[in-house]
Amino acid sequence: MAGVTWRRVTLGVAGVYFLVPLAISVWFTVYNETQGFSLGAYGRIVSAPGFTESLVKSLLLGAAVIVLVLLLALPALLAVRLGAPGLRPVLETITTLPLIVPPITYVVGIANALRGGTDALAATPFWQTLISIQDENFPVVLVLAYVMLALPFAYRSLDTGLRAVDVRTLVEAARNLGASWPYVLFRVILPNLRSAVASASFLSLALVMGEYTIAALMGYRTFPVWIVTISGNDGQLSVALSVLSLGLIWLLLLTLSGAGRKSK
Amino acid sequence: MTVELRELRRSFGGTVALDGLSLTIEQGELIAFLGPSGCGKTTALRCVAGFERPDTGAVFIDGADVTRVPANRRDAGMVFQSYSLFPNLNVRDNVAFGLRVRRRPTDERHSRAAELLELVGLGGFGERYPHQLSGGQQQRVALARALALQPKVLLLDEPLSALDAKVRVNLREEIRRLQLELGITTIFVTHDQEEALSVADRVAVLKSGRLEQVAPPAEVYDRPATPFVAEFVGTMNHLPGRVSGETVEVFGQFLPLDGAAPGEEVDVLVRPEAVRVTPAGDGRAFILASSFRGSIARLRIQLDGGGEVLADVPGHEAVRLAPGLKVDVTLVERPVLTAPRTAVAAPVEPVA
Repeated sequence: MAGVTWRRVTLGVAGVYFLVPLAISVWFTVYNETQGFSLGAYGRIVSAPGFTESLVKSLLLGAAVIVLVLLLALPALLAVRLGAPGLRPVLETITTLPLIVPPITYVVGIANALRGGTDALAATPFWQTLISIQDENFPVVLVLAYVMLALPFAYRSLDTGLRAVDVRTLVEAARNLGASWPYVLFRVILPNLRSAVASASFLSLALVMGEYTIAALMGYRTFPVWIVTISGNDGQLSVALSVLSLGLIWLLLLTLSGAGRKSK
Repeated sequence: MTVELRELRRSFGGTVALDGLSLTIEQGELIAFLGPSGCGKTTALRCVAGFERPDTGAVFIDGADVTRVPANRRDAGMVFQSYSLFPNLNVRDNVAFGLRVRRRPTDERHSRAAELLELVGLGGFGERYPHQLSGGQQQRVALARALALQPKVLLLDEPLSALDAKVRVNLREEIRRLQLELGITTIFVTHDQEEALSVADRVAVLKSGRLEQVAPPAEVYDRPATPFVAEFVGTMNHLPGRVSGETVEVFGQFLPLDGAAPGEEVDVLVRPEAVRVTPAGDGRAFILASSFRGSIARLRIQLDGGGEVLADVPGHEAVRLAPGLKVDVTLVERPVLTAPRTAVAAPVEPVA
C-alpha cells in the first residue's frame, strides 16, 4: 500500500508543479482588478498585426522541416540498420551534435556563410541561390537550420520505433514477395512506424513553433519572434499568447498521436 | 524446377560462411540443410533467395543463372525463422501481399488468399491480425503467403525453431504434406537433426561452409560419410578396436567391417541402440548413470578397462538396469564403420 501512496504523492506534487502556474496564467489573462472578467486579451491577439501571417509562416516552415527531416533520417536509419550496423554509433553521434552546439553558433556560422562571396559572383546561379533561400516570405535557410536542430529528436523517435519492429525480416519478406525498394519503404516500413513518425513530426513542429534565437537574429518574423515583439509592453497579452500557443501545441500533439494510434 | 549451387564462396570479414559449396536440388525434392550454427546453411539459403550474393560461384534456378538477380525478381517463396507477417495488415492481406505488389485485381487476391488459407488449415482467419494469432498459426500464414505466387522454389529458414515442441512436430508434418501435394522443390534449413531426418527426401550435412554428406535420411544415419556426420547426426560411441582382415575386434567380439578401415588401430563407431546390456554379477562394466526418455533409457556405462559407452535400452528395463549395477556389454552383430583412432573410448556427450 505504501507504493500506492507514494505514487499518488508524486503524481500530486508533479501535477501541482505543472498545473498551478498554468492556472494562474489563465486567470491572469481573463481577469483584472479594474475590468473584472474579460476575454479581451485573446481578442487583441487575433487583431494584432502580423498574427496570421507569422503563424502561417511558422506552420509552413514546420511542415517543410518535417518532410525534409523524415526524408533524411528514415532512409539513413534503414540503410545503417540493414547494411552497416557498425556505423550506428557514428550516426548517433552526428545526430547528437546539434544538441551540443548552441544555436547562437549556428546563426553566426550561417550569417557568415551567406555573406561570403564577392560581387564577382553576383551573376552566378550560386549567388542567386543564396539570395533566393533567404526569401522573407519563406526562408528556406531557416528550414535547413531547423532540420539540423530537429534531427536529434527525429532520429531518436524513429530509432525507437524501428527498434520495436523486426525491420530486416519485414524488408526481406517484402522483397521476397516481389516488392521494390520504394514499395518496401512506403508500404511496409512507414505503415508500421506510424506512431514513431508522428512523434518525430510533432517534436519537429514543436521545435519550429518555439525557436526564437536563430529566426530573430537572422531577422525573420516567425511566430515566436512575433510573439516577443508584439507583447513587449502588454503583460496580459503576452501571457495570453503563451497560453494560446501552449494550447495550440497540445492540440497538434493530440492530432498527431491520434493519427499514430490509428495504425494499432 | 531444379536448384543448383555451384562452388559458392562467401565470407563475412574473416569468417568463412561458404567454402565452395556445390549441390543440386532435384525437381520436387525436399532437401534439408543440416548443421551446427555457423555452418553456412542459412547463408546458402539466403544466396538462393537473393539476400546474399556469393563472393564467387553461382546459383541456378531451373537452369537460369540468378546469381545477380535482385531478391524481388526471383521466383522463390520464403518462410523466415522469426515471425515475419506484416503487423499492419490482416491475415488475408498478408497472404495476398505478393499479388498486390503485382497489381492483381482485388477479386483474384481475395479468392487466392482464401484458397491458400484453407490449404494451411486457417480458413476463416482472413480478418484477423497477426498479433491475434499463435506462433504456429503465424508460421502457417507465412507459409501460405510464400506459396501465394506459386514460386518455383520454397525456402524454409528454420521456420519451426520458435515454436513449442508439439506444434513443431505437427507443423513439420503439415509442411511435408503440402510440399508433396504441390510437388514444389523445397530447401529446409534446420539445426535440428530429428526435424531434418523426419521430413526430408535428402539431408545435406554442412560444416564450416562445406558439404560433408548429402544422402537420404536413413543413409546419413546408418552410413555417415565422415566422422563429423557420425558425431552430429544422432549419437556415436567411439570404441577402441583392432582390425584383422575383414573383421574388427572390439570388446572381444569380431564384427564385420563396413568399408575400408583407416589402419590397424581404429575407433569403431557404434550407435547406442547397437549396444546390448545384460546384468551380470561378475560383469566387466557397471552402470554410471541412466536417463529415462520414455520409450528408451540411455545408460552411461563405465568399462573395466577405462572408457565409457552409451547404450539405449527399452524404457521398461530402466528400473532393472539401475546405476551401480554390474553388467556385461555386447554389440549387435552387424557391419561397423571405423574411423582413425582418436580417443580411448570416450563419447563426448553427457548422458542427461
